Amino acid sequence: MEAEDEATGQMIEDEEIYVNGGGDGDESKRHRPIISGEQLDVEAYAALYTGRTKISRLLFIAEKCGNASMQLDALRMAYDEIKKGENTQLFREVVAKIDGRLGPNYGPDNAWADAVDRRAELRKERLENELNAYRTNLIKESIRMGYNDFGDFYFAHGQLGDAFKNYVRTRDYCTTSKHIVHMCLNAILVSIEMGQFTHVTSYVSKAEQSQDALDPITIAKLRCAAGLALLEGKKYKLAARKFLETGPDLGNSYTEVIAPQDVATHYASCLEYLGNLKANLLLDIHLHDHVETLYEQIRNKALIQYTHPFVSVDLHMMANAFNTSVASLEKELEALITNNQIQARIDSHNKILYARHADQRNATFQRVLQTGNEFDREVRAMLLRANLIKHEFNLKASSRKH
Amino acid sequence: MNSVATLVAQIQGLSGSTSDVNQLHTILKQFEDLFKSESTRLAPLLTELNPSIHSLGYLYILEACSSAPISKEQASELVLSVARFIDLSAAEQIRLAPDKFISVCKRFKDQIMLLEDPMRGVAPMLTALRKLQYSSVQLTTLHPDFLLLCLLAKCYKTGLSILEDDIFEVDQPRDFFLYCYYGGMICIGQKKFSKALELLHNVVTAPMSVLNAIAIEAYKKYILVSLIHLGQFSISFPKYTSSVAQRNLKNFSQPYLELVNSYCTGKISELESFVQANNEKFESDKNLGLVKQVVSSMYKRNIQRLTQTYLTLSLQDIAHTVQLNSAKEAEMHVLQMIQDGEIYATINQKDGMVRFLEDPEQYKTCEMIERIDSSIQRMMVLSRKLTDMGEQLSCDPLYLGKVGRERQRFDFDDFDTVPSKFTI
Repeated sequence: MEAEDEATGQMIEDEEIYVNGGGDGDESKRHRPIISGEQLDVEAYAALYTGRTKISRLLFIAEKCGNASMQLDALRMAYDEIKKGENTQLFREVVAKIDGRLGPNYGPDNAWADAVDRRAELRKERLENELNAYRTNLIKESIRMGYNDFGDFYFAHGQLGDAFKNYVRTRDYCTTSKHIVHMCLNAILVSIEMGQFTHVTSYVSKAEQSQDALDPITIAKLRCAAGLALLEGKKYKLAARKFLETGPDLGNSYTEVIAPQDVATHYASCLEYLGNLKANLLLDIHLHDHVETLYEQIRNKALIQYTHPFVSVDLHMMANAFNTSVASLEKELEALITNNQIQARIDSHNKILYARHADQRNATFQRVLQTGNEFDREVRAMLLRANLIKHEFNLKASSRKH
Repeated sequence: MNSVATLVAQIQGLSGSTSDVNQLHTILKQFEDLFKSESTRLAPLLTELNPSIHSLGYLYILEACSSAPISKEQASELVLSVARFIDLSAAEQIRLAPDKFISVCKRFKDQIMLLEDPMRGVAPMLTALRKLQYSSVQLTTLHPDFLLLCLLAKCYKTGLSILEDDIFEVDQPRDFFLYCYYGGMICIGQKKFSKALELLHNVVTAPMSVLNAIAIEAYKKYILVSLIHLGQFSISFPKYTSSVAQRNLKNFSQPYLELVNSYCTGKISELESFVQANNEKFESDKNLGLVKQVVSSMYKRNIQRLTQTYLTLSLQDIAHTVQLNSAKEAEMHVLQMIQDGEIYATINQKDGMVRFLEDPEQYKTCEMIERIDSSIQRMMVLSRKLTDMGEQLSCDPLYLGKVGRERQRFDFDDFDTVPSKFTI
């Protein structure tokens, strides 16, 4: 059927777009295996990220993958990564999750944890003293740096709320727009980790206001963050646009949050390809909740486009094209018709879908009569109410006079 | 007795022309005390007077008689004589003493209720109502009594004829509330849900400074009728609703609001089990019948939704989607709906298929044109009324006084004739 070819033809084009937008040839070749339908290579995946998001993503994979060897792999890498940092809380969590399964090298290391905690206390005291000194001296720039250092300190130790508060406090001491942008980026980073995407959106818009301090990389970072926020807010179309705008400028400079092919992944669409991707997409920390909805919407769009050019469609052929049974296809179409996304009717007896064009003239007459009735009712009610109020007023007025 | 005799003579003498009747009216008012003291002995006088010529005099005497305590045997007689009087009296004379007339009619209604025969009161009340009104847009105190009698006597059609008049003037808010409430119930009885919804809406949104029981009961019925007629109910009140109503009405109608939630899930089984669980509450409010209608309306709505998606559908599928027990039941429902004109369809019994058709109305007939035309005329009349009201208000001294006080002084554009300080 011609229409079917057209539909798949469009899909192929999308795939080409995706491939072309992936940066230079080498990079795209290196990145491609991650997004294929094969089992996720955890190590290669983790290598794309740095910092705290690497740990969070590894833990997420460990939780959701359902495959023991992959889980242990992820936990092992998380452990190694945490040891490089200073987050003892997270360390204890990971140790609990590993539960001794990885041998003595990956067990609870209290000595290390205590040492880190002691170091942290000392550093905190020092930072506090410095900050107080700066505050008494009222040197704006030093105060700002002081709060910033505090923010970094808390972030490294996993106390995200405090980190956020301190970053935001630097705002009062920012003198140039570069400072503001710096503050916004930090705030955004912490907010994403905390999952508070309303803050992300507001800080992105704040940062975008200081146009002069923005270089292309920063702009790309901001777009990514905005896209993530929109994704969280289920505004898929806008999110897709934001990710598109990000472009290849991002390169590798935002690995604390997101990798370049994530940007492409979040946008690409192709029916069968997606089906294979599904398993791996479920493991992505940001997409997880939305995969199902996105898939449904893509499928609906395909259904709508399929039926659009025809006056009548045989449901059997359509069921074949969409790889489903006639009964379930009928259910899907029924939902779409009820939501007014397809203008058609189903002949359940002969299993045919007929396009239906609403009769504008009749509809207009109906609306006219209805509007007339409503006007009639409303005006009469209004006049009555006015009359009642007048009586009440007269009553009050007359009782006052007596 | 002497003064009474002269009274009768004067009534007989001064009932000719309008000026005479006015004179009589003044005289009668002076005899107020006499009437009160002699009330028990006035009845025989009525035989000397003609109700249609001497209406005013007759009215005064009748009112005095009926305000005295009456025994049960006399009640029946009284009812008869009042009914006769109402029928024969002259409307212009009655309108000179509306309070007396209303008092007579109310006593009449009380006696009818005591005799437990509301049917006897329906026709007289209707006549009385019409004679008391000086125009059909006026709501009198007798309206709610009349509607109550119609309800008790189950004469819904007669009640409907009164309800079709547009009301624009109200004397007593309480009459208005009762009128709308009883009117709503009559419309429900006649299955005119659209009009019922309008009347109940007016009660709920009427200006009120204190919550009253009528509004509470009306709100409960309003929710149910809204579900039956519109298939949905919005819990937000329109802006013009009194704040008293907005704050308090919902507190008294909890089970009904939960019914709405249950209805909106679209599942018949849930709705039915909820109704079952709250049976006594609905029963005690005397709303069980309506609630049952809500449940059956759900089936109808589900079937109607199917007409939007399908051209043909098997009875089995209909039964399955709408959660009926068998194809036979589905056929019964569809058949009933076709007969009531709620859907357009044909049933093919051989295949067990239903074919849904489009609304055959083409909006091309003469009747349709007439309907639209009369609608336009109505709109124009209403608009004229609105403009007139606006003009009247803008000439009203109280309004002008208020506006004048609130105006800015020394506005350059406003060197016009409205003074900034307007003393009455």
